[in-house]
Amino acid sequence: MGMTIAEKIIARAAKMESVKANDICTVELDYLMSNDGTTHITVDKYNSLKHPRIADVSKLVWIIDHNLPCDSVKTAASHKKMRDFARANGIKFYEGEGVCHQVMMENHVRPGQLIFGADSHTCAYGALGAFGTGVGNTDYLYAMVTGTSWVLVPETLRFNLHGQLPEGVYARDLILTIIGQISASGATYKAMEFGGEGLKTLDMAARMSICNLCVEAGAKTALMEVDEITMDYLKEHGREPAAVFAPDEDAVYSEVYDIDLSSIKPIVAKPHFVDNVCDAKDAAGIHIDEAFLGSCNNGRIEDLRVGAEIIKGRKVNPGVRFLVVPASRAVYEQAMKEGLMEIFMEAGAIVMNPNCSVCWGSCQGVIGEGETLISTGTRNFKGRAGHRESFVYLASAATVTASAIMGEIATADMIK
Amino acid sequence: MEKFTGRVWVMGDDIDTDIIMPTEYLVFKTIGEMKPYAFSPLRPELAAQIQPGDIIVAGKNFGCGSSREQAPEVVKALGIKCVIAKSFARIFFRNAINNGLLLIENADLADDMKEGDEITVTVNEKIEYNGKDYPIVSLPDNLVEIIDAGGLVKAMRKRNGLED
Repeated sequence: MGMTIAEKIIARAAKMESVKANDICTVELDYLMSNDGTTHITVDKYNSLKHPRIADVSKLVWIIDHNLPCDSVKTAASHKKMRDFARANGIKFYEGEGVCHQVMMENHVRPGQLIFGADSHTCAYGALGAFGTGVGNTDYLYAMVTGTSWVLVPETLRFNLHGQLPEGVYARDLILTIIGQISASGATYKAMEFGGEGLKTLDMAARMSICNLCVEAGAKTALMEVDEITMDYLKEHGREPAAVFAPDEDAVYSEVYDIDLSSIKPIVAKPHFVDNVCDAKDAAGIHIDEAFLGSCNNGRIEDLRVGAEIIKGRKVNPGVRFLVVPASRAVYEQAMKEGLMEIFMEAGAIVMNPNCSVCWGSCQGVIGEGETLISTGTRNFKGRAGHRESFVYLASAATVTASAIMGEIATADMIK
Repeated sequence: MEKFTGRVWVMGDDIDTDIIMPTEYLVFKTIGEMKPYAFSPLRPELAAQIQPGDIIVAGKNFGCGSSREQAPEVVKALGIKCVIAKSFARIFFRNAINNGLLLIENADLADDMKEGDEITVTVNEKIEYNGKDYPIVSLPDNLVEIIDAGGLVKAMRKRNGLED
């Protein structure tokens, strides 16, 4: 029986010839990523073990990104615990380099790998053909100590992409459309596999944006077929694949979707669910207090270029705080070279250091009671960005920037 | 099989981890400090009303969202005996088992259930409510072992002969 990409990666990690959906396998992990959202708890749990040990320290990558720079004495204590432990144990450690998933993509992830991250958006690594999945800190601890874990082999939903996105429509609009179609639980415990000739029209930034958001449909992981675009990205970043897997022709899918990219329109996800989507035009005119361009979903150089082009020569609406947060130091430096930061600063944006920012609602840019945020972040759950009586709309970099200019939800063509 | 009766709190679909444990309280050092804020975006008064032994019955996709383990930990710390839902999000499912919180899937109970009523659960067998039996699917033995031990770390200790 043929295998999907997810099955092939798990078979490799389980050192088995083949596996099929719903098998339970013991696997060896290639990387274990953890960030300051929960690592201090992992350290406490590790220290409570009777025989603590790290199976293979070279597989651990720890990244401070959620509350950076730290904003309270309590956070400083949890950061210190994480930092001290990483140093004492020789764990690869990043601080100030960017949002964890972007740092992983720029520096570590290779096609064919199986990666656990103590963060739900670890599924982003599928853009590079790697099986990334989010776990809690107990699962993380178990894998850190034993080097292994168990996984249920997921069934796979296949998405065949056709055609090309229209001008002014972005990967964010595509994945929000898909989540709206299959619902917030439409891919629960499943892998979402993307291929087809339409994939070749999407650059790495677009692919990361799509894979990153698949957990919002409940997916265990997202996977994209490896092609020249993937290989070019790896080459630029000085890495080789661990293994390149294409799905077999007779691979078994629980569902196959054909998506015509040319039919996608600008979309927003309304409060308080990611699958609560509508045409952005239908949300036009809704008053906003804050706009956020950044995150592991849309804080890459490609997204900043989109925003800068729209806002160049214009001003942020006086009633809006417009936060611009590059996803990594590399993105920040590139944006400076291209003069994008100047454009945002001149327009009146608040430009910040690479971090998770208001996307996770605890660091910078938190919104108050009754306020509305339009965001390229990952979630719009009730209270996600601040007060429990506040509202978050999710949209593309273009729609967010246009809204920042207008002071209300707007698409880019509405300001021309 | 273990059998218990408890009072029920009813919740809807897509109860996400930010509802169960909002981000702003994750900085607290202990689960005990977080407890009063569980479910606060949706029902600020609920955490104070939950009594040990109570049961949550919810719709589909309970626990969707973040990988924060504080979500199942706080539910367990409140004394919730088990969560019964139409379906669970996968990271939450693993995290709950790893912390010894019993989860039961049932497609029908949430629609029939009235908040405040009592139900009786026989683990791996059935739920009894209002004179009706709701069948439940058995959890595999290894997961039952983890739940019974109180979580993955405790189960490993037991398996390795390291009693607390």
